[in-house]
Amino acid sequence: MARRKQHIIHGLRDGIPIAMGYFAVTFSLGIIAARAGLTAPEGFLSSFFTRASAGEYGTYTLVAVQAAYVEVIAMCLVANLRYMLMSAALSQKIAPGTSWFHRILMACCVTDEVFGISIAHPGYTPPAYTYSAALISTLFWASGCALGIVAGSLLPQPMVTALSMSLYGMFLAIIIPPVHKDRNVLYALIASFVLSGLCAVAPNIGEWSNGMRTVVLTIVISAVAAWLKPIKTEDDGAA
Amino acid sequence: MEQHSILIYILLAIVITNLIRVIPMAFIKGPITNRFVRSFLYYVPYVTLAVMTFPDMILATPTPWPGLIALLAGIIAAWFRLGLFPVAAICCVIVYLLI
Repeated sequence: MARRKQHIIHGLRDGIPIAMGYFAVTFSLGIIAARAGLTAPEGFLSSFFTRASAGEYGTYTLVAVQAAYVEVIAMCLVANLRYMLMSAALSQKIAPGTSWFHRILMACCVTDEVFGISIAHPGYTPPAYTYSAALISTLFWASGCALGIVAGSLLPQPMVTALSMSLYGMFLAIIIPPVHKDRNVLYALIASFVLSGLCAVAPNIGEWSNGMRTVVLTIVISAVAAWLKPIKTEDDGAA
Repeated sequence: MEQHSILIYILLAIVITNLIRVIPMAFIKGPITNRFVRSFLYYVPYVTLAVMTFPDMILATPTPWPGLIALLAGIIAAWFRLGLFPVAAICCVIVYLLI
């Protein structure tokens, strides 16, 4: 019992800095959600239960244009595919004999950052550690989104536009640093920027919704990259 | 056209996003061995986030320039590993000063 208490304290200690960053980022997610017509409670619930920056952004942009439900499903699958990899990696860090309940709940806790600290935990990761870090960061994540929905309509337009940049800034902070370690990521990023830009202005393809463009380009570019530049087999792959 | 329900959109997003997290935990006993699948999964996060960032970032500002400058500044800041929050803050401040 004493050890579980210590796991909870450590989880909160590592979760609080994540929570602070989350709060700022979901605030801008809330601004986008407000444009899509979500109310603050709806934003809180959807953020609390999804905790997916890119997936939520993609979903809200689709809701804003009243896209087909199947587009939202495709978007969530692709934008969140990385969680599949993370969850697979986390499955190796759970002590044998841990109940199914804990395995599934821990999988649901996976976000880029909570996964990061859970994987970095020495030895097997205790569920209580992941739960407490996930709970504190999720509360801030969801509150930030709800506040963004409310405040987004009260703030002056230039400030709203400026704050909407924080989500893109967060994406850049995730995708750029690995370029130092792996040149192939750089090539994939350049191809993504160029093709995404071209598809947005190209005849016919330019008519696609953002969601459609994201889904198609992600599958095509990742498949070509995997084919041309497969990762080294001895490399663990879970980054 | 029939109006879609926001609650259904949200429910779909919640179910799909969490299924993606749970499925590997439920079915993968050992590490994934197929090289193409692992390589594909490795590239997906980078490509998705890149495609969502550009050109959306420069379309979100009244003219493309503030967004483009914030994009370049964000890339440089991220290159020097300034971290999630500082990079986001730099992008916000630049756009706020330029519009």
